Amino acid sequence: MTDTLTNRALPDAATQLDIYRRMIRIERNDEFTRAQIRQGRIHAPYYSARGQECIPAGISVLLNDDDKICTIYRGIQDMVAKNMPLRPLWAEICGRVDGTCKGKGGPMHLTHPETGVMVTTGIVGSSMPIANGFGWAALLDGTKQVTVAYFGDGASNIGAFHEALNLAGVWKLPVIFVCSNNGFAEHTRFENGTAVDQISKRAIGYGMPGYTVDGNDPVDVYAHAHAAIERARAGEGPTLLECKTFRFMGHVFGDADGYMTKEEKAEAMAKDPLPIFRQKLIDDGIATEEQLEAMKAEIEAEVKDAIDFAMNCEFPSDDELRRDVFAEEIPA
Amino acid sequence: MSTDTVEMVKMNGLQAINSALMEAMEADEKVLVLGEDIADNEGGGVVGVTRGLSTKFGTMRVKSTPISEQAIIGAAIGAAMAGYKPVAEIMLMNFTTVAMDMIVNHAAKLRFMSGGQSQVPLVIRTLTGAGNQTAGQHADFYEAWFCHTAGIKVVIPWTPADFKGLYLSAIQDPDPVIIVESGKTLFVPMDVPANQGPIPLGKANIVAPGTDITIVSYGQMMFTVMEAVGKLAEAGISAEVVDLRTISPWDKETVLASAEKTGRLLVVHEAGKNFGPGAEIAATVQDALFGKLKAPVGRLGAPYCSVPFAKKLEDAFLVQPPAIIEEAKRLVAMG
Repeated sequence: MTDTLTNRALPDAATQLDIYRRMIRIERNDEFTRAQIRQGRIHAPYYSARGQECIPAGISVLLNDDDKICTIYRGIQDMVAKNMPLRPLWAEICGRVDGTCKGKGGPMHLTHPETGVMVTTGIVGSSMPIANGFGWAALLDGTKQVTVAYFGDGASNIGAFHEALNLAGVWKLPVIFVCSNNGFAEHTRFENGTAVDQISKRAIGYGMPGYTVDGNDPVDVYAHAHAAIERARAGEGPTLLECKTFRFMGHVFGDADGYMTKEEKAEAMAKDPLPIFRQKLIDDGIATEEQLEAMKAEIEAEVKDAIDFAMNCEFPSDDELRRDVFAEEIPA
Repeated sequence: MSTDTVEMVKMNGLQAINSALMEAMEADEKVLVLGEDIADNEGGGVVGVTRGLSTKFGTMRVKSTPISEQAIIGAAIGAAMAGYKPVAEIMLMNFTTVAMDMIVNHAAKLRFMSGGQSQVPLVIRTLTGAGNQTAGQHADFYEAWFCHTAGIKVVIPWTPADFKGLYLSAIQDPDPVIIVESGKTLFVPMDVPANQGPIPLGKANIVAPGTDITIVSYGQMMFTVMEAVGKLAEAGISAEVVDLRTISPWDKETVLASAEKTGRLLVVHEAGKNFGPGAEIAATVQDALFGKLKAPVGRLGAPYCSVPFAKKLEDAFLVQPPAIIEEAKRLVAMG
């Protein structure tokens, strides 16, 4: 499929640096999360998105705090890119009462409305129908707010994807459907589970534009996201972006990657978008090596501070089992 | 309530729900309605419950949807989280099964999983009930499934007045509520106070006082119960009838007080008897009133099979007045 995007908006120097900052914040946060799990300091299922950083970073620089995202279990990167503060994020991952969900949701259900992180679902495909509701609300409110629904390639085969895209197409909702196509649905290769060669082609069936994007190129992600977001803000309706990428750490942290060859993994990792984009910023004179190292150090300090904070927070009281079931607390 | 002092209007359940939706939408612009065929272009709902709403409030607030139950509930969840109060129709209760992920994993759990940051003030309207030969996929009572899910309230009204009052409450409730409209309850006219206001969720209604046995029921089964109670009275048995109205969270206080007073309890519902709401009620009452009851708690519900088609089988499937009379007499005879 040829790229039909016209009017490619390109990120200026400051925006490129902002994209990189978000990418490195995702990558550092992910690295530290895996280290904490390896050291036995956190007990939680973890779905690393290492390798996919360009996608939420390239999109989030175009979003405002009140723009919303609905994401999935591999979505911590989407929240970090949306500038969610790391202290409550880490406290939640650690199951502490100061976590954004008081330790009741964990890494698969992080929520932070202040930065627009509305829903994180552990059910494949379920971010999309709910994102539509935020889109409907934005139309009713008469705002220019947009909602991004993040999901993976596997989710494009579940009924909810098709129902949600159809409804968004009929109602012309300001929703951007962002599929991170990392080539594997859990352990199943894309071509063994998906009857079409490009997920973006499915947009045709729902009356919306669909683009296949180089998900490892933040500039390409930005250009397509820009068009999709502008279209949504202009009241013209939804867009489907299929961002081609690769996940370096398998489906769930600790899986043995037995379903892919060593060669293809090595080849994909050699194309790690992070060092490539870093070098581009230096080559283009957008930042110096020293500036980027300082940025990385600052982000590492932020992550370490968040971990220290989280590890020192209390665990929630058992009374929490009776709270938030309904608005009114359930009597003991 | 005396008809001398309160002006009464004769209406059926369908009209009462329509009136509640009209009032709620008029009073609060955050109230939305969505579902298959619900706007006036599509006939105002499969039986006309939402007739007139889209003409009055416009098709941005009253939206017909594709036949996409997950998309319907998903859109309602998102809008609810964004500050709206959507009333989503899932045409028939059997079709809620298609949207179970949205209802059970999301609507019911988002408040808890988010530590109270999210709220989903959503009402799901759905119709069901056997008696019209609609067979195995259009008539089931699945309230026990939802009662077993923490975070969603389950309401099954009987009278038009209750429909009006319970809808007004449910729409303003901060949590998800599923309201089941059982076939016959939509079409039988009864008196409704002209100024009927909200009726609190979670409160049962003692519709007939009695001394020998308490009968708990809800929804269209109440018609059957009332018929049986009349015949029991002729046989000299005084039954106290409790219309549960809200099945979860249910009004333990009223049921326990009544069962303690009469010493006998019979729970009757159209849902299957196995693992049905009656089992929970019976267990709770026997636990609380062990030693005070004169007979074990009786339960009547559908047999362990799908809703059948043939009229003869459907009649046998449904709890009929003679079964209630027989069971009540058996319990009364025990002591």
